[in-house]
Amino acid sequence: MPQVTFKVWRGNKDGGQFKDYQTDITEGMVVLDAVHQIQAESAPDMACRWNCKAGKCGSCSAEVNGMPKLMCMTRMEDLPTDKPVTIEPMQAFPLIRDLVCDVSWNYEVKKKIKKFKPRKPDAQDGTWRMQQDDVDRVQEFRKCIECFLCQNVCHVLRDHHKHEEFAGPRHYVYTAALEMHPLDTEDRLLDLKDDNGIGYCNITKCCTKVCPEHITITDNAIIPLKERVVDEYYDPIKKLFRMFKPKK
Amino acid sequence: MREFTTHEYDVLVIGAGGAGLRAAIEAAGSGVTCGLICKSLLGKAHTVMAEGGMAAALGNVDDRDSWSTHFADTMRGGQYLNNWRMAEIHAKEAPARVNELEAWGAVMDRTKEGKILQRNFGGHKYPRLAHVGDRTGLEMIRTLQDHGIHQGIKVHMEVTVIELLMEGGRVVGAFAYEREHGRFIVFKAKAIVMATGGIGRAFKITSNSWEYTGDGHSLAYEAGADLIDMEFIQFHPTGMVWPPSVRGILVTEGVRGEGGILTNSEGRRFMFDDIPDVYKSSTSDNEEEGWRYVTGDKSARRPPELLTRDHVARCIVREVKEGRGSPHGGVFLDIAWIKEHIPNAEEHIKKKLPSMYHQFKELAGLDITKEPMEIGPTTHYVMGGIRVDSESQMSTVPGLFAAGECAAGLHGANRLGGNSLSDLVVFGKRAGEHATKYAKENSAGQINNDQVQKVAAWAEAPFDRGDKAENPFTIQSDLQVMMQDKVGIVREEKELNEALQGLEGFKARAEHASADVNRDYNPGWHTALDLKNLLTVSEATARSALARNESRGAHTRIDHPDKSEEEAKGNNVVRKGADGSMQIERVAIPPIREDLAQIIEENK
Repeated sequence: MPQVTFKVWRGNKDGGQFKDYQTDITEGMVVLDAVHQIQAESAPDMACRWNCKAGKCGSCSAEVNGMPKLMCMTRMEDLPTDKPVTIEPMQAFPLIRDLVCDVSWNYEVKKKIKKFKPRKPDAQDGTWRMQQDDVDRVQEFRKCIECFLCQNVCHVLRDHHKHEEFAGPRHYVYTAALEMHPLDTEDRLLDLKDDNGIGYCNITKCCTKVCPEHITITDNAIIPLKERVVDEYYDPIKKLFRMFKPKK
Repeated sequence: MREFTTHEYDVLVIGAGGAGLRAAIEAAGSGVTCGLICKSLLGKAHTVMAEGGMAAALGNVDDRDSWSTHFADTMRGGQYLNNWRMAEIHAKEAPARVNELEAWGAVMDRTKEGKILQRNFGGHKYPRLAHVGDRTGLEMIRTLQDHGIHQGIKVHMEVTVIELLMEGGRVVGAFAYEREHGRFIVFKAKAIVMATGGIGRAFKITSNSWEYTGDGHSLAYEAGADLIDMEFIQFHPTGMVWPPSVRGILVTEGVRGEGGILTNSEGRRFMFDDIPDVYKSSTSDNEEEGWRYVTGDKSARRPPELLTRDHVARCIVREVKEGRGSPHGGVFLDIAWIKEHIPNAEEHIKKKLPSMYHQFKELAGLDITKEPMEIGPTTHYVMGGIRVDSESQMSTVPGLFAAGECAAGLHGANRLGGNSLSDLVVFGKRAGEHATKYAKENSAGQINNDQVQKVAAWAEAPFDRGDKAENPFTIQSDLQVMMQDKVGIVREEKELNEALQGLEGFKARAEHASADVNRDYNPGWHTALDLKNLLTVSEATARSALARNESRGAHTRIDHPDKSEEEAKGNNVVRKGADGSMQIERVAIPPIREDLAQIIEENK
């Protein structure tokens, strides 16, 4: 395969620009390989995050030709190479340097979500019983590798910058995994409604489209959570009932 | 004077994979202050790569299983060079650690009765691996992470430790830098737990990430700690071989656990051709019995594909060497063939091995439900590491503890698949517990400012190399090629000596490894600093390999192809000598306790 031109974003929070690099592409190469090759050949200070190079850790998220991708799972063969390939960092988070952005906000949000609280063990030896059928849907959510691509494409964060009021798809998936866990006894619905702003989501499904783990984020996590919130807080009969309920 | 910020903790944990997180949870829950250093972001450590499962004698699938069988399997797999006390503790405590993960929110696959499901794996007599499809490591690290963030642990993400700070012979802190702006940090600590993982980046073909540069091994060595068993590096038999850019990426042993078979270019299941004597009675000699085993027939013996990793890797090397390999220099691993036996094979494979399905589909354009995979050995795991006390996990340096892959003892000459994840939580917990105890019993030490200034100057040096500056990536890549060629799967005296000589050259080159521009998130600078650790572990491996004149477990010498009873009496220990050079010593294995010896005998 030929030499390909890459336009890589170089810069920091104060600004930057695309810079051109040429490198040879061989069979089976992924975008992350090209970035490493450029690093080794001509730009040792070019910042990029990665770990497993197998789509399991979710570190190398970036935008390749404008599409949010894991660089390690994006094959060069699937990209047009007759024109430059652009690589830039995720746009919904502050830039640190080059392809690396500050994703610490995600860690802060997660910390605020109430943790797993199991019911009393089912057996004398302190263990529980759960049927596979009952854990299948939770296991889908637990495939999440926290690449934050879903957060990156969500317009509530990317365009409207509601980071203070909106937890984003990743954290709805996380909350859904807890809420639908057969053993969990905690209630997170009020937090979802008030602090985590699930109402902002207008189910455009952009998050689902970019998920490298193919989690059906909108249909299986967000919509059921929205329904639960509506049932609990916006059901007129329940509302009436609550009005007459003695205050605690 | 170079500037730095200071943080102070009772217990400092370096490394945030399974072992580090578990140690930090233990410490923070015991009323001491605890800091946790991640080289990457939290939750990205190498534990996410573990696929197959975590071994624990729960007996959920086969109630004949017990801690004693697990113990005997671990010792046999490790060719009896294991620290037998650690193997005993591990087998006894693993079930409680698995159940604890469930209490913290892990959702493992289930049996029909709703218990935790367990699968077959190489070297384990009974189905023993608790798992979630083929992403068990992700489940473990996420569970520990999501539990850990509520325990009051102070997490320092993207921070790299460069040197341990000493007072007399005791460890009192760590000198580090943060990636974002390259600023220096001094961590003061009463006790430190090392949980930095392995050394796979010393080799060209590896399943390990950039982080695996032997930091913990090297930091401990420089602080005066003993390293043990460094000749034993596990080459996992099944890594991807094609296309070239994915060479080395792991293909889980779970593929074989679910019935996958190994074949050569002639279509022959070559694993039937060479079954070691110690496993003859427990291994099937025909395909029909092997299939019955993987489908749960308790009377059947396991197929030879599920022999230990060292043996399977050697058989693959032999097939390739003798011209019966696959087109790209591996052999075939076939799971699609199970459609001969079960009707909904395609769905079954996707359900049981989802990430393998995607990995091959997306990286190699191959559908594993229809075609065989091409695989070959890849550097995977180091059995050797920091020598620890079996009860407390303390190294030979007071105040310095170690757990997980960077510690040694449990696995001996070869680790069984599934024993790593259980190792992380069993000994992570213990290290956290004993580090806490140490921190409560000892006051904080004094940081030596001279040492801090000296290491800070060393860390800045790559920006000022002058004329002889060399690209650190080139040095690292050349080193990996040499280690793969001369200290790889098959070794001999001549090549090991050449490697040792070669390492002297690399040491000189590393002093010219340069960095450019500035210190903000600079991978070139980082690589220039990492080289020192890679060189230390490379030398420890080569010296230990040269000193073991036999072939045992993961260590294969073509000039000493057989096992030697004499050589098996001890472990190789490496430490830094008074003159700064690396010293090696053979240390006798303490006689095994009577009751444990009997368990081994009964399980033979």
